[in-house]
Amino acid sequence: MIELRGLTRIYDGVPAVDDVSLAVGTGEIATLVGTSGSGKTTLLRMVNRLVVPSAGTVLIDGVDTATIPVHQLRRRIGYAIQGDGLFPHRSVAQNIATVPRLLGWPKAKVDARIDELLDLFQMEPARFRDRMPHQLSGGQAQRVGVARALAARPDLLLMDEPFGALDSVIRAKAQADLRDIQQRLGATIILVTHDIEEAVRLGDRLAVMDRGRILQYDRPARILTAPATPFVRELVGTGERVYRLLSLTAVADIVTEGEAQGSPIGPQTTLRDALAECLWSGRDALPVEGGGIVTLAALRAHASQAPE
Amino acid sequence: MVSRPALLFAALGISGLLLPLVQFKANRIAAGDGINLAAAFAGGAAVTALLGVALLAACHARWPAWLRLAMAVLGMAAITLSLGFAARELSAEAGKLARVAPASGFWLVLTAFALMLADAITRLRLSMPARWLLLGAAILLVAALLGSSILDQVSVKREFAVRREPFLHEARTHLLLAFGSLGLALLAGLPLGVAIFQRPEWRGPVLAVLNILQTIPSLALFGILIPLLGWVAATLPGATRLGVSGIGIFPAMTALFLYSLLPIVSNTVAGLAAVPGPVREAGTGLGMTRGQMLFQVQVPLAMPALLAGMRIVLVQNIGLAVIAGLIGGGGFGTFVFQGLNQTAMDLVLLGALPTIALALLAGIVMDLLVDLSREKGRMP
Repeated sequence: MIELRGLTRIYDGVPAVDDVSLAVGTGEIATLVGTSGSGKTTLLRMVNRLVVPSAGTVLIDGVDTATIPVHQLRRRIGYAIQGDGLFPHRSVAQNIATVPRLLGWPKAKVDARIDELLDLFQMEPARFRDRMPHQLSGGQAQRVGVARALAARPDLLLMDEPFGALDSVIRAKAQADLRDIQQRLGATIILVTHDIEEAVRLGDRLAVMDRGRILQYDRPARILTAPATPFVRELVGTGERVYRLLSLTAVADIVTEGEAQGSPIGPQTTLRDALAECLWSGRDALPVEGGGIVTLAALRAHASQAPE
Repeated sequence: MVSRPALLFAALGISGLLLPLVQFKANRIAAGDGINLAAAFAGGAAVTALLGVALLAACHARWPAWLRLAMAVLGMAAITLSLGFAARELSAEAGKLARVAPASGFWLVLTAFALMLADAITRLRLSMPARWLLLGAAILLVAALLGSSILDQVSVKREFAVRREPFLHEARTHLLLAFGSLGLALLAGLPLGVAIFQRPEWRGPVLAVLNILQTIPSLALFGILIPLLGWVAATLPGATRLGVSGIGIFPAMTALFLYSLLPIVSNTVAGLAAVPGPVREAGTGLGMTRGQMLFQVQVPLAMPALLAGMRIVLVQNIGLAVIAGLIGGGGFGTFVFQGLNQTAMDLVLLGALPTIALALLAGIVMDLLVDLSREKGRMP
């Protein structure tokens, strides 16, 4: 459990982050979304004390982080940033080993952990271990950056626009992988992004920030269906939000008995993609792999539960 | 198809072949007569023709680089051996006092083939081990040539023959001056560079002071240091025992040290500043302490810039150390200034040639080290 209590950071008399409190449960992903200058990165950097709060506390499992020596605190908190920040003079393995080596792990344990993480990120250890960062593609470098952040099994992983430098195809894959890995490891993550799409797709909870304050902190579906302020409403996109809402649910959740024509779709397809398929192929119902159908009427019903 | 650089080398070399190969002098301070390669010894005309043909033939653009390299090495060997033969033949006819010194023709032809060599090496794009091997082979070749008796009758080597002991002594002093001042500058300059990198408000003032030091002409700096250090030695008790004095090696070392500071400090700052922001951010964010950041990330990544600074200092100080000869500091400058006083150009060359060779060698070795460190810490 990560708790932020009354966190404030003042630069030259102007608050960049103003009295922010929120809690992230263990094993959850919280996404911080907002425009640039909203204070989301400053808030994130106060968690590992790259920025020292002007007021307020951060508690990890009830312990005030200000009481822990700062480099020891940071070694317990994973940190992944945009453009990966890999050490260019160190191999992939050495980069991943950074924090375990700082913690003084025995070599055999470090080596085993490197291979385990490379496997987890679908990078064959024998091929990638000794590569230098400049020999990696953008997507590979980003994965090594996240693997490095996770290497010492941190209590918490902080990610600052981790996919910002990737093109849209690779980004979607990276997001799916992160979700997958997070569920497998049960990691707690705070992720900063300016992309509402990404925030909705990845977050168990989503905090919308503007001018240093949190306007709304809730489950993505609630943010989409019941925006707290006009700013949040504008951010989630009046025209787009129905699609974003549909993208939160898989067809497996609304499948009904019946028969339908045409090629089937997978049960993990999002409602958004199912709707697109209906419209594109001109069908009122689609068969789902493994039995059952999803109907246009069911999709409409799901979308219209959004109270205005 | 004509290779334009080769055309330039040919023009240079052929004009060299037309100029005197050697100066033939009745004694070491007399003015001499120029003698061309063709007339210098039996077979000289044939060598002239061969070298001319080689220089012209090299203008054809189709020649592969390794063949140019071989031709350049053979050309340099041929002109150097010719110098040796000419000196031997001419000295045998004249008396013991006569001197045969290398003249403009020799230097031009040597330069032409040296340029051809440098051009060929660049074109070959050799791997790192091959470049080290080539350098080693070149050093061995030159050492073997100088160690043999081929050049014994050339004036510079005759000056050397009567000064073997002092020459070795001054060589040691020269190396001590150049490398010692570099070492001292590293000891002081690296911490200073790190310090002003971490405190940017100090950067301007410190670099300004070092810049001013750098602009003081070397003779003037020695001039300032002589009374200054002389006064320190005379008034501060115990200073003399520590080696402080107005003349000799102490002021020379001090001056070279002061000249070395700017390149070391400014390159340290530039190298550290070139470490990408996200890399620094990641290092700190992952829990590295300041010292771990400095030694595990910043210094390794700043290494190419640091080595480039050391290269500047080394080449600069090998040259500047000559001035030390003027204030009794020793080094190859001793021969240069003795030679100037006696109007004996051969003695001047005995000081100047090793200085040039040393600076050239230091430059090449440091370039290789810079490239090596770049390969290791490739920037994104």
